[in-house]
Amino acid sequence: MLVNLSSSSFKRTRWYEYGVRFLLGGVATVAAGLAGARFGVSIGGLFLALPAIFCASATLIESHERRAKEKAGLSGRRRGQQAAALDATGASLGSIGLAAFAAAFYVAAPASIVGAFLAAILAWIVVSVAAWRLRRALRRTSRGAAQPHGEARSAQSRGILP
Amino acid sequence: MIEYAVRFVAGGMIVSAFAILGDMLRPRSFGGLLGAAPSVALATLAIAVVQHGPQYAAAESWTMIYGAVALACYSVAVCHLLMRFQFAALPATIIAFAVWLAVAFGLLASFGGAA
Repeated sequence: MLVNLSSSSFKRTRWYEYGVRFLLGGVATVAAGLAGARFGVSIGGLFLALPAIFCASATLIESHERRAKEKAGLSGRRRGQQAAALDATGASLGSIGLAAFAAAFYVAAPASIVGAFLAAILAWIVVSVAAWRLRRALRRTSRGAAQPHGEARSAQSRGILP
Repeated sequence: MIEYAVRFVAGGMIVSAFAILGDMLRPRSFGGLLGAAPSVALATLAIAVVQHGPQYAAAESWTMIYGAVALACYSVAVCHLLMRFQFAALPATIIAFAVWLAVAFGLLASFGGAA
């Protein structure tokens, strides 16, 4: 499946949901600054990878999927959980890219700050996409070797279970 | 006070931009990559460079690697709480935060900060 952009999320997202994300993002950034100022640079650095808005994103994705199913007269609870789990799977792969971002910034910052930001963003994109592609290739290989059964089959077909 | 207002607005805007892009990307597992986007890091490191200089920002980015490893463990924990233990998203993401704290501070205690 190719990666594409869909505008359907705009129709499903309510105005206050954007506000919640802005608020949580702002609070997380302030918290990272406060942690650095109060407890030192090492602890402040940990908070740069704080999963601050993940709870809001996962909850919104779950509720969007559940609402879509319930509109069709079906229980959307399980579908919502699966969609949120799929988002978490992507975030776990993106975390590898985030570590690459931090490592690239650490290496390049003493030489050039602009270069450090560019190298870090590039490292994040390349490593995240490579991790995602590798996982897909591995899943395709393992799916060819053995067909799963029952619920595991359904979940695996959506790319949720490892 | 102005510094924290700038942090709040910059962080909110960058996080929102990545979240909107993540919502739009399909398949969903690809959009999920942006759940671990360096949104807070971009705003915070930029301010750290201006306020304290490149060495301070580099030191922050070193322990950010521990935070990123902890975020990977957190995401896997959320996935398992949702799929295997059938939690709803909100309690799953809140409970799994204990995993992030344990891994992040465990790594910091084990390996220390930047030299």
